[in-house]
Amino acid sequence: MKMIIVAGTPGSGKTAVLIHALKSLKTKNLKSSVVKIDCLYTDDDQKFAKIGVPVKIGLSMDMCPDHYAIYNVEDMLSWAQENDSDYLIVETAGLCHRCAPYTKNSLGVCVIDATSGPNTPLKVGPFLSTADIAVITKGDMISQAEREIFREKILEVNPKAKIIEANGLSGQGCVELAEEMINTKEVSEEEKLRHSAPLAVCTLCVGETKVNKKHHRGILRRIDGFESYEGE
Amino acid sequence: MIENITILGGYDKKGNKEAVEEVVIHREEIFGVVGPTGSGKSSLIGDIEQLAQEDTFSKRKILVNGKEPSYDDRTNPRKKMVAQLSQNMNFLADMGVGEFLTLHAKCRGVKDTCVDKVIELANSLTGEPIKKEHELTILSGGQSRALMVADVAIISDSPIVLIDEIENAGIRKHDALQVLSGHGKIVMVVTHDPVLALMTDKRIVMKNGGMDKVVTTSLHEKTISQKLNKIDELMLNLREKVRRGELVNDISVDDI
Repeated sequence: MKMIIVAGTPGSGKTAVLIHALKSLKTKNLKSSVVKIDCLYTDDDQKFAKIGVPVKIGLSMDMCPDHYAIYNVEDMLSWAQENDSDYLIVETAGLCHRCAPYTKNSLGVCVIDATSGPNTPLKVGPFLSTADIAVITKGDMISQAEREIFREKILEVNPKAKIIEANGLSGQGCVELAEEMINTKEVSEEEKLRHSAPLAVCTLCVGETKVNKKHHRGILRRIDGFESYEGE
Repeated sequence: MIENITILGGYDKKGNKEAVEEVVIHREEIFGVVGPTGSGKSSLIGDIEQLAQEDTFSKRKILVNGKEPSYDDRTNPRKKMVAQLSQNMNFLADMGVGEFLTLHAKCRGVKDTCVDKVIELANSLTGEPIKKEHELTILSGGQSRALMVADVAIISDSPIVLIDEIENAGIRKHDALQVLSGHGKIVMVVTHDPVLALMTDKRIVMKNGGMDKVVTTSLHEKTISQKLNKIDELMLNLREKVRRGELVNDISVDDI
Protein backbone atom coordinates (compact mmCIF):
# COMPACT_ATOMS: atom_id res chain seq x y z
CA MET A 1 0.00 0.00 0.00
CA LYS A 2 1.23 3.47 -0.87
CA MET A 3 0.11 6.37 1.26
CA ILE A 4 -0.11 9.95 0.04
CA ILE A 5 -0.66 12.61 2.68
CA VAL A 6 -1.85 15.94 1.35
CA ALA A 7 -1.76 19.01 3.56
CA GLY A 8 -2.45 22.66 2.88
CA THR A 9 -4.33 25.69 4.12
CA PRO A 10 -8.11 25.87 3.58
CA GLY A 11 -9.07 26.98 0.08
CA SER A 12 -5.63 26.31 -1.40
CA GLY A 13 -7.08 23.81 -3.87
CA LYS A 14 -6.12 20.45 -2.33
CA THR A 15 -9.35 18.75 -3.37
CA ALA A 16 -9.42 20.20 -6.90
CA VAL A 17 -5.82 19.16 -7.59
CA LEU A 18 -6.39 15.69 -6.12
CA ILE A 19 -9.49 15.05 -8.20
CA HIS A 20 -7.51 15.64 -11.41
CA ALA A 21 -4.61 13.50 -10.20
CA LEU A 22 -6.91 10.62 -9.15
CA LYS A 23 -8.66 10.71 -12.52
CA SER A 24 -5.26 10.26 -14.10
CA LEU A 25 -4.50 7.24 -11.83
CA LYS A 26 -7.85 5.80 -12.81
CA THR A 27 -7.02 5.89 -16.53
CA LYS A 28 -4.01 3.68 -15.65
CA ASN A 29 -6.33 1.22 -13.82
CA LEU A 30 -4.82 2.14 -10.45
CA LYS A 31 -7.25 2.14 -7.52
CA SER A 32 -7.24 4.72 -4.77
CA SER A 33 -9.23 5.34 -1.59
CA VAL A 34 -9.54 8.81 -0.10
CA VAL A 35 -9.90 9.89 3.51
CA LYS A 36 -10.75 13.53 3.98
CA ILE A 37 -9.93 14.87 7.44
CA ASP A 38 -11.52 18.16 8.37
CA CYS A 39 -12.50 19.93 11.58
CA LEU A 40 -16.15 20.86 11.56
CA TYR A 41 -17.67 20.36 8.15
CA THR A 42 -16.88 19.14 4.66
CA ASP A 43 -18.82 18.21 1.57
CA ASP A 44 -15.75 17.28 -0.44
CA ASP A 45 -16.73 13.60 -0.14
CA GLN A 46 -19.37 14.20 -2.81
CA LYS A 47 -16.72 15.52 -5.20
CA PHE A 48 -14.60 12.39 -4.74
CA ALA A 49 -17.66 10.13 -4.94
CA LYS A 50 -18.52 11.75 -8.28
CA ILE A 51 -15.33 10.40 -9.88
CA GLY A 52 -16.07 6.95 -8.42
CA VAL A 53 -13.39 6.81 -5.72
CA PRO A 54 -14.24 5.29 -2.31
CA VAL A 55 -14.20 8.10 0.24
CA LYS A 56 -14.39 8.32 4.02
CA ILE A 57 -14.74 11.45 6.12
CA GLY A 58 -13.12 12.12 9.47
CA LEU A 59 -14.18 15.19 11.42
CA SER A 60 -11.78 15.93 14.26
CA MET A 61 -14.22 18.38 15.92
CA ASP A 62 -12.43 20.03 18.89
CA MET A 63 -9.29 17.99 18.43
CA CYS A 64 -6.30 19.01 16.31
CA PRO A 65 -6.99 17.56 12.84
CA ASP A 66 -3.38 16.46 12.38
CA HIS A 67 -3.30 14.63 15.71
CA TYR A 68 -6.59 13.01 14.77
CA ALA A 69 -5.24 11.93 11.38
CA ILE A 70 -2.10 10.47 12.99
CA TYR A 71 -4.06 8.39 15.56
CA ASN A 72 -6.14 6.92 12.76
CA VAL A 73 -3.47 5.99 10.22
CA GLU A 74 -3.69 2.23 10.86
CA ASP A 75 -7.47 2.17 10.55
CA MET A 76 -7.34 4.18 7.36
CA LEU A 77 -4.74 1.88 5.83
CA SER A 78 -6.76 -1.24 6.61
CA TRP A 79 -9.90 0.38 5.21
CA ALA A 80 -8.06 1.11 1.95
CA GLN A 81 -6.85 -2.49 1.93
CA GLU A 82 -10.44 -3.72 2.26
CA ASN A 83 -11.29 -1.61 -0.77
CA ASP A 84 -8.57 -3.38 -2.72
CA SER A 85 -6.89 -0.05 -3.34
CA ASP A 86 -3.30 0.54 -4.45
CA TYR A 87 -3.24 3.99 -2.87
CA LEU A 88 -4.52 5.58 0.30
CA ILE A 89 -4.84 9.32 -0.06
CA VAL A 90 -5.26 11.29 3.16
CA GLU A 91 -6.29 14.89 2.71
CA THR A 92 -5.93 16.84 5.90
CA ALA A 93 -6.84 20.36 6.95
CA GLY A 94 -3.52 21.22 8.58
CA LEU A 95 -4.37 24.51 10.20
CA CYS A 96 -1.85 25.61 12.77
CA HIS A 97 1.38 25.71 10.70
CA ARG A 98 3.33 23.84 13.35
CA CYS A 99 2.34 20.33 12.41
CA ALA A 100 3.42 18.13 9.56
CA PRO A 101 1.27 15.04 9.18
CA TYR A 102 3.67 13.18 6.86
CA THR A 103 5.13 9.83 7.89
CA LYS A 104 8.58 8.63 6.81
CA ASN A 105 7.52 6.43 3.91
CA SER A 106 4.43 8.28 2.76
CA LEU A 107 4.51 10.78 -0.09
CA GLY A 108 4.13 14.17 1.62
CA VAL A 109 2.35 16.68 -0.59
CA CYS A 110 1.96 20.29 0.47
CA VAL A 111 -0.53 22.37 -1.52
CA ILE A 112 0.17 26.07 -1.29
CA ASP A 113 -1.73 29.00 -2.78
CA ALA A 114 0.48 31.45 -4.74
CA THR A 115 -1.88 34.38 -4.07
CA SER A 116 -1.22 34.14 -0.34
CA GLY A 117 1.84 36.40 -0.58
CA PRO A 118 5.58 35.92 -1.18
CA ASN A 119 6.36 35.35 2.50
CA THR A 120 3.85 32.54 3.03
CA PRO A 121 6.41 29.77 2.38
CA LEU A 122 8.44 31.18 5.29
CA LYS A 123 5.41 31.19 7.57
CA VAL A 124 3.91 27.74 7.14
CA GLY A 125 6.64 25.70 8.81
CA PRO A 126 7.10 21.92 8.79
CA PHE A 127 4.18 21.03 6.55
CA LEU A 128 6.16 22.67 3.75
CA SER A 129 9.73 22.12 4.97
CA THR A 130 9.27 18.33 5.40
CA ALA A 131 7.14 17.76 2.27
CA ASP A 132 8.37 15.79 -0.74
CA ILE A 133 6.32 17.82 -3.16
CA ALA A 134 5.12 21.40 -3.07
CA VAL A 135 2.15 21.96 -5.34
CA ILE A 136 1.70 25.65 -6.13
CA THR A 137 -1.86 26.62 -7.07
CA LYS A 138 -3.45 29.81 -8.45
CA GLY A 139 -0.18 30.92 -10.05
CA ASP A 140 -2.16 32.13 -13.06
CA MET A 141 -3.54 35.00 -10.96
CA ILE A 142 -0.23 36.65 -10.09
CA SER A 143 2.60 38.17 -12.10
CA GLN A 144 5.49 36.16 -13.56
CA ALA A 145 7.85 37.92 -11.15
CA GLU A 146 5.82 36.92 -8.11
CA ARG A 147 5.60 33.34 -9.37
CA GLU A 148 9.38 33.20 -9.63
CA ILE A 149 9.84 34.75 -6.18
CA PHE A 150 7.31 32.34 -4.67
CA ARG A 151 9.12 29.35 -6.18
CA GLU A 152 12.46 30.58 -4.85
CA LYS A 153 11.07 31.10 -1.33
CA ILE A 154 9.76 27.54 -1.32
CA LEU A 155 13.20 26.23 -2.26
CA GLU A 156 14.69 28.40 0.49
CA VAL A 157 12.51 26.60 3.06
CA ASN A 158 12.73 23.15 1.47
CA PRO A 159 15.61 22.83 -1.03
CA LYS A 160 14.75 19.20 -1.75
CA ALA A 161 11.10 19.80 -2.59
CA LYS A 162 9.91 18.96 -6.05
CA ILE A 163 7.79 21.85 -7.19
CA ILE A 164 4.70 21.29 -9.31
CA GLU A 165 2.79 24.29 -10.62
CA ALA A 166 -0.78 23.13 -10.88
CA ASN A 167 -4.11 24.55 -11.91
CA GLY A 168 -7.07 23.06 -10.03
CA LEU A 169 -9.49 24.29 -12.69
CA SER A 170 -7.83 23.07 -15.88
CA GLY A 171 -5.95 20.17 -14.27
CA GLN A 172 -2.59 21.41 -15.56
CA GLY A 173 0.27 19.83 -13.58
CA CYS A 174 -1.93 17.15 -12.02
CA VAL A 175 -0.68 14.35 -14.30
CA GLU A 176 2.81 15.13 -13.00
CA LEU A 177 1.52 14.77 -9.42
CA ALA A 178 -0.05 11.41 -10.31
CA GLU A 179 3.33 10.28 -11.74
CA GLU A 180 4.98 11.10 -8.40
CA MET A 181 2.30 9.07 -6.59
CA ILE A 182 3.07 6.09 -8.81
CA ASN A 183 6.81 6.38 -8.16
CA THR A 184 6.54 6.62 -4.37
CA LYS A 185 7.46 3.72 -2.06
CA GLU A 186 5.22 1.43 0.00
CA VAL A 187 4.55 2.29 3.64
CA SER A 188 5.91 0.02 6.38
CA GLU A 189 4.16 -1.64 9.34
CA GLU A 190 5.73 0.78 11.80
CA GLU A 191 5.45 4.25 10.32
CA LYS A 192 7.10 7.18 12.06
CA LEU A 193 6.34 10.89 11.81
CA ARG A 194 8.92 13.06 10.03
CA HIS A 195 8.39 15.91 12.46
CA SER A 196 7.18 15.79 16.06
CA ALA A 197 3.76 17.26 16.79
CA PRO A 198 3.87 20.72 18.44
CA LEU A 199 4.23 21.38 22.10
CA ALA A 200 0.85 21.92 23.75
CA VAL A 201 0.53 20.80 27.31
CA CYS A 202 -1.51 23.27 29.33
CA THR A 203 -4.88 23.95 30.91
CA LEU A 204 -6.18 25.45 27.63
CA CYS A 205 -5.71 22.07 25.98
CA VAL A 206 -8.21 20.53 28.36
CA GLY A 207 -10.85 23.18 28.01
CA GLU A 208 -10.05 26.13 30.32
CA THR A 209 -11.79 29.26 28.96
CA LYS A 210 -10.59 31.88 31.45
CA VAL A 211 -7.98 34.18 29.92
CA ASN A 212 -5.99 35.54 32.88
CA LYS A 213 -2.57 34.04 33.43
CA LYS A 214 -3.29 33.00 37.03
CA HIS A 215 -5.74 30.35 35.79
CA HIS A 216 -3.23 28.44 33.72
CA ARG A 217 -1.00 25.47 34.50
CA GLY A 218 1.38 23.48 32.34
CA ILE A 219 4.08 24.69 29.98
CA LEU A 220 3.49 28.38 29.45
CA ARG A 221 5.47 30.65 27.15
CA ARG A 222 5.28 34.42 27.57
CA ILE A 223 5.54 36.95 24.78
CA ASP A 224 8.87 38.16 26.22
CA GLY A 225 10.28 34.68 25.61
CA PHE A 226 10.20 33.56 29.25
CA GLU A 227 9.03 29.97 29.59
CA SER A 228 7.85 28.30 32.75
CA TYR A 229 6.19 25.20 34.05
CA GLU A 230 3.35 25.81 36.49
CA GLY A 231 1.89 22.94 38.44
CA GLU A 232 2.87 19.83 40.32
CA MET B 1 20.39 29.11 -26.12
CA ILE B 2 16.97 28.40 -27.57
CA GLU B 3 16.83 29.01 -31.31
CA ASN B 4 13.40 27.57 -31.98
CA ILE B 5 10.53 25.52 -30.65
CA THR B 6 8.45 23.03 -32.61
CA ILE B 7 4.83 22.19 -31.92
CA LEU B 8 3.94 18.73 -33.22
CA GLY B 9 0.17 18.42 -33.73
CA GLY B 10 -2.00 16.05 -31.71
CA TYR B 11 -5.77 15.73 -31.67
CA ASP B 12 -8.66 18.18 -31.45
CA LYS B 13 -11.62 18.00 -29.04
CA LYS B 14 -13.44 15.47 -31.24
CA GLY B 15 -10.42 13.20 -31.39
CA ASN B 16 -9.54 14.06 -35.01
CA LYS B 17 -5.92 14.61 -36.00
CA GLU B 18 -5.02 18.30 -36.07
CA ALA B 19 -4.94 19.86 -39.54
CA VAL B 20 -1.59 21.49 -38.76
CA GLU B 21 0.98 18.79 -38.13
CA GLU B 22 3.98 20.93 -37.32
CA VAL B 23 4.74 24.55 -36.47
CA VAL B 24 8.27 25.87 -35.92
CA ILE B 25 8.74 29.19 -34.12
CA HIS B 26 12.12 30.91 -34.15
CA ARG B 27 13.80 33.33 -31.78
CA GLU B 28 12.66 36.96 -32.17
CA GLU B 29 9.58 35.79 -34.03
CA ILE B 30 6.14 36.86 -32.88
CA PHE B 31 3.38 34.32 -33.31
CA GLY B 32 -0.33 34.95 -32.80
CA VAL B 33 -2.95 32.47 -31.64
CA VAL B 34 -6.49 33.35 -32.77
CA GLY B 35 -9.88 31.66 -32.70
CA PRO B 36 -13.29 31.90 -31.04
CA THR B 37 -13.90 31.26 -27.33
CA GLY B 38 -13.52 27.58 -26.52
CA SER B 39 -11.46 26.87 -29.65
CA GLY B 40 -8.49 25.72 -27.58
CA LYS B 41 -6.19 28.77 -27.53
CA SER B 42 -5.46 28.55 -23.82
CA SER B 43 -4.79 24.81 -23.91
CA LEU B 44 -2.30 25.33 -26.77
CA ILE B 45 -0.55 27.91 -24.59
CA GLY B 46 -0.78 25.46 -21.66
CA ASP B 47 0.89 22.74 -23.73
CA ILE B 48 3.82 25.03 -24.55
CA GLU B 49 4.05 26.20 -20.94
CA GLN B 50 4.47 22.59 -19.75
CA LEU B 51 6.55 21.57 -22.79
CA ALA B 52 3.97 18.79 -23.30
CA GLN B 53 5.24 15.36 -24.42
CA GLU B 54 2.02 13.72 -25.62
CA ASP B 55 0.99 13.73 -21.96
CA THR B 56 -1.79 16.32 -22.09
CA PHE B 57 -5.35 16.09 -23.38
CA SER B 58 -4.32 17.21 -26.88
CA LYS B 59 -1.39 14.73 -27.13
CA ARG B 60 0.79 17.47 -28.64
CA LYS B 61 4.54 17.31 -28.42
CA ILE B 62 6.83 20.31 -27.99
CA LEU B 63 10.45 20.18 -29.15
CA VAL B 64 13.15 22.66 -28.18
CA ASN B 65 15.83 23.23 -30.83
CA GLY B 66 14.36 20.21 -32.62
CA LYS B 67 14.91 17.90 -29.64
CA GLU B 68 12.82 16.52 -26.80
CA PRO B 69 13.55 18.58 -23.66
CA SER B 70 14.96 16.48 -20.78
CA TYR B 71 12.81 15.64 -17.76
CA ASP B 72 14.91 18.05 -15.70
CA ASP B 73 14.45 20.85 -18.26
CA ARG B 74 10.72 20.31 -18.05
CA THR B 75 10.32 20.10 -14.31
CA ASN B 76 13.20 21.93 -12.62
CA PRO B 77 11.56 25.17 -11.51
CA ARG B 78 14.82 27.09 -11.83
CA LYS B 79 15.12 26.12 -15.49
CA LYS B 80 11.60 27.20 -16.52
CA MET B 81 11.82 28.27 -20.15
CA VAL B 82 8.45 29.94 -20.28
CA ALA B 83 7.26 33.23 -18.81
CA GLN B 84 3.58 34.11 -18.94
CA LEU B 85 1.68 37.37 -19.02
CA SER B 86 -2.07 37.71 -18.97
CA GLN B 87 -4.91 40.09 -18.38
CA ASN B 88 -5.92 38.14 -15.25
CA MET B 89 -2.58 38.51 -13.55
CA ASN B 90 -2.20 41.00 -10.74
CA PHE B 91 0.51 42.18 -8.43
CA LEU B 92 -0.55 41.00 -4.99
CA ALA B 93 2.72 41.43 -3.09
CA ASP B 94 2.53 44.08 -0.40
CA MET B 95 5.77 45.88 -1.34
CA GLY B 96 7.19 48.95 -3.02
CA VAL B 97 8.08 48.72 -6.74
CA GLY B 98 11.84 49.14 -6.16
CA GLU B 99 11.97 46.68 -3.27
CA PHE B 100 9.98 44.12 -5.25
CA LEU B 101 12.16 44.33 -8.37
CA THR B 102 15.29 44.05 -6.21
CA LEU B 103 13.88 40.89 -4.63
CA HIS B 104 13.00 39.44 -8.04
CA ALA B 105 16.47 40.25 -9.40
CA LYS B 106 18.02 38.54 -6.36
CA CYS B 107 15.86 35.44 -6.93
CA ARG B 108 17.01 35.20 -10.56
CA GLY B 109 20.62 35.94 -9.73
CA VAL B 110 20.60 39.22 -11.68
CA LYS B 111 22.41 42.39 -10.48
CA ASP B 112 19.98 44.85 -8.90
CA THR B 113 21.33 47.68 -11.04
CA CYS B 114 18.73 46.50 -13.56
CA VAL B 115 15.90 47.81 -11.37
CA ASP B 116 16.12 51.34 -12.78
CA LYS B 117 16.26 49.94 -16.32
CA VAL B 118 13.04 47.97 -15.73
CA ILE B 119 11.21 51.04 -14.42
CA GLU B 120 12.49 53.17 -17.29
CA LEU B 121 11.37 50.59 -19.86
CA ALA B 122 7.98 50.21 -18.17
CA ASN B 123 7.50 53.98 -18.30
CA SER B 124 8.08 53.94 -22.05
CA LEU B 125 5.08 51.62 -22.35
CA THR B 126 2.53 53.44 -20.25
CA GLY B 127 1.31 57.01 -20.01
CA GLU B 128 1.22 57.22 -16.22
CA PRO B 129 4.72 57.28 -14.74
CA ILE B 130 5.72 54.51 -12.32
CA LYS B 131 8.05 55.46 -9.49
CA LYS B 132 10.34 53.25 -7.42
CA GLU B 133 8.60 54.17 -4.19
CA HIS B 134 5.08 53.39 -5.45
CA GLU B 135 3.28 50.52 -3.74
CA LEU B 136 2.89 47.60 -6.18
CA THR B 137 -0.73 46.97 -5.26
CA ILE B 138 -1.92 50.52 -6.03
CA LEU B 139 -0.59 50.52 -9.62
CA SER B 140 -3.26 50.90 -12.30
CA GLY B 141 -4.00 48.15 -14.81
CA GLY B 142 -1.84 49.86 -17.44
CA GLN B 143 1.06 50.48 -15.06
CA SER B 144 0.94 46.87 -13.80
CA ARG B 145 0.94 45.43 -17.32
CA ALA B 146 3.80 47.74 -18.42
CA LEU B 147 5.85 46.75 -15.39
CA MET B 148 5.17 43.05 -15.99
CA VAL B 149 6.33 43.33 -19.61
CA ALA B 150 9.51 45.24 -18.67
CA ASP B 151 10.24 42.80 -15.83
CA VAL B 152 9.83 39.77 -18.10
CA ALA B 153 12.05 41.38 -20.74
CA ILE B 154 14.90 42.28 -18.40
CA ILE B 155 14.84 40.15 -15.22
CA SER B 156 13.14 36.85 -16.12
CA ASP B 157 15.55 35.22 -18.52
CA SER B 158 12.93 32.76 -19.82
CA PRO B 159 13.45 32.56 -23.59
CA ILE B 160 9.77 31.96 -24.36
CA VAL B 161 7.05 34.47 -23.49
CA LEU B 162 3.38 33.58 -23.72
CA ILE B 163 0.92 36.44 -23.66
CA ASP B 164 -2.75 35.78 -23.06
CA GLU B 165 -4.97 38.73 -24.08
CA ILE B 166 -3.56 42.08 -23.02
CA GLU B 167 -5.84 44.14 -25.28
CA ASN B 168 -7.56 46.36 -22.70
CA ALA B 169 -4.45 47.01 -20.76
CA GLY B 170 -3.89 50.71 -21.52
CA ILE B 171 -0.30 50.23 -22.66
CA ARG B 172 1.55 50.71 -25.95
CA LYS B 173 0.84 47.16 -27.12
CA HIS B 174 2.90 47.47 -30.26
CA ASP B 175 5.96 48.62 -28.33
CA ALA B 176 5.39 45.97 -25.67
CA LEU B 177 5.60 43.14 -28.21
CA GLN B 178 8.60 44.77 -29.88
CA VAL B 179 10.39 45.07 -26.54
CA LEU B 180 9.92 41.37 -25.82
CA SER B 181 10.93 40.06 -29.22
CA GLY B 182 13.82 42.58 -29.26
CA HIS B 183 15.23 40.88 -26.16
CA GLY B 184 15.75 37.72 -28.23
CA LYS B 185 12.64 35.95 -27.05
CA ILE B 186 10.13 33.71 -28.75
CA VAL B 187 6.82 35.52 -28.31
CA MET B 188 3.38 33.98 -28.61
CA VAL B 189 0.32 36.11 -28.16
CA VAL B 190 -3.29 34.98 -27.79
CA THR B 191 -5.47 37.78 -29.04
CA HIS B 192 -8.64 39.00 -30.74
CA ASP B 193 -7.20 42.47 -31.06
CA PRO B 194 -6.27 43.42 -34.65
CA VAL B 195 -3.55 45.79 -33.37
CA LEU B 196 -1.75 42.79 -31.93
CA ALA B 197 -2.83 40.10 -34.40
CA LEU B 198 -1.60 42.02 -37.46
CA MET B 199 1.79 42.83 -36.01
CA THR B 200 2.63 39.15 -35.54
CA ASP B 201 4.67 37.36 -38.21
CA LYS B 202 2.28 34.43 -38.40
CA ARG B 203 -0.86 33.39 -36.61
CA ILE B 204 -2.17 29.97 -35.69
CA VAL B 205 -5.93 29.68 -36.22
CA MET B 206 -7.64 27.42 -33.68
CA LYS B 207 -10.85 25.47 -34.27
CA ASN B 208 -12.57 22.81 -32.10
CA GLY B 209 -9.51 22.50 -29.89
CA GLY B 210 -7.13 21.87 -32.79
CA MET B 211 -4.69 23.96 -34.88
CA ASP B 212 -6.68 24.51 -38.07
CA LYS B 213 -4.21 26.53 -40.12
CA VAL B 214 -1.27 28.93 -39.97
CA VAL B 215 -1.75 32.30 -41.65
CA THR B 216 1.27 34.41 -42.63
CA THR B 217 0.70 38.12 -42.12
CA SER B 218 0.63 39.72 -45.59
CA LEU B 219 2.56 42.86 -46.53
CA HIS B 220 -0.76 44.61 -46.90
CA GLU B 221 -1.70 43.60 -43.35
CA LYS B 222 1.64 44.92 -42.09
CA THR B 223 0.79 48.35 -43.55
CA ILE B 224 -2.63 48.20 -41.93
CA SER B 225 -0.94 47.20 -38.68
CA GLN B 226 1.08 50.43 -38.75
CA LYS B 227 -2.07 52.47 -39.19
CA LEU B 228 -3.77 50.60 -36.35
CA ASN B 229 -0.77 51.34 -34.19
CA LYS B 230 -1.21 55.06 -34.86
CA ILE B 231 -4.88 54.82 -33.89
CA ASP B 232 -3.83 53.01 -30.74
CA GLU B 233 -1.32 55.75 -29.93
CA LEU B 234 -4.02 58.38 -30.53
CA MET B 235 -6.42 56.60 -28.17
CA LEU B 236 -3.76 56.30 -25.51
CA ASN B 237 -2.96 60.02 -25.68
CA LEU B 238 -6.65 60.92 -25.51
CA ARG B 239 -7.00 58.66 -22.51
CA GLU B 240 -4.21 60.52 -20.73
CA LYS B 241 -5.81 63.87 -21.59
CA VAL B 242 -9.15 62.79 -20.12
CA ARG B 243 -7.39 61.41 -17.08
CA ARG B 244 -5.66 64.74 -16.47
CA GLY B 245 -9.01 66.54 -16.60
CA GLU B 246 -8.28 68.35 -19.88
CA LEU B 247 -10.78 69.12 -22.62
CA VAL B 248 -10.49 67.28 -25.91
CA ASN B 249 -10.90 69.87 -28.67
CA ASP B 250 -9.83 68.07 -31.77
CA ILE B 251 -8.18 64.90 -32.96
CA SER B 252 -5.82 64.59 -35.86
CA VAL B 253 -6.46 61.58 -38.08
CA ASP B 254 -4.72 62.98 -41.18
CA ASP B 255 -1.72 60.69 -41.12
CA ILE B 256 -3.76 57.52 -40.51
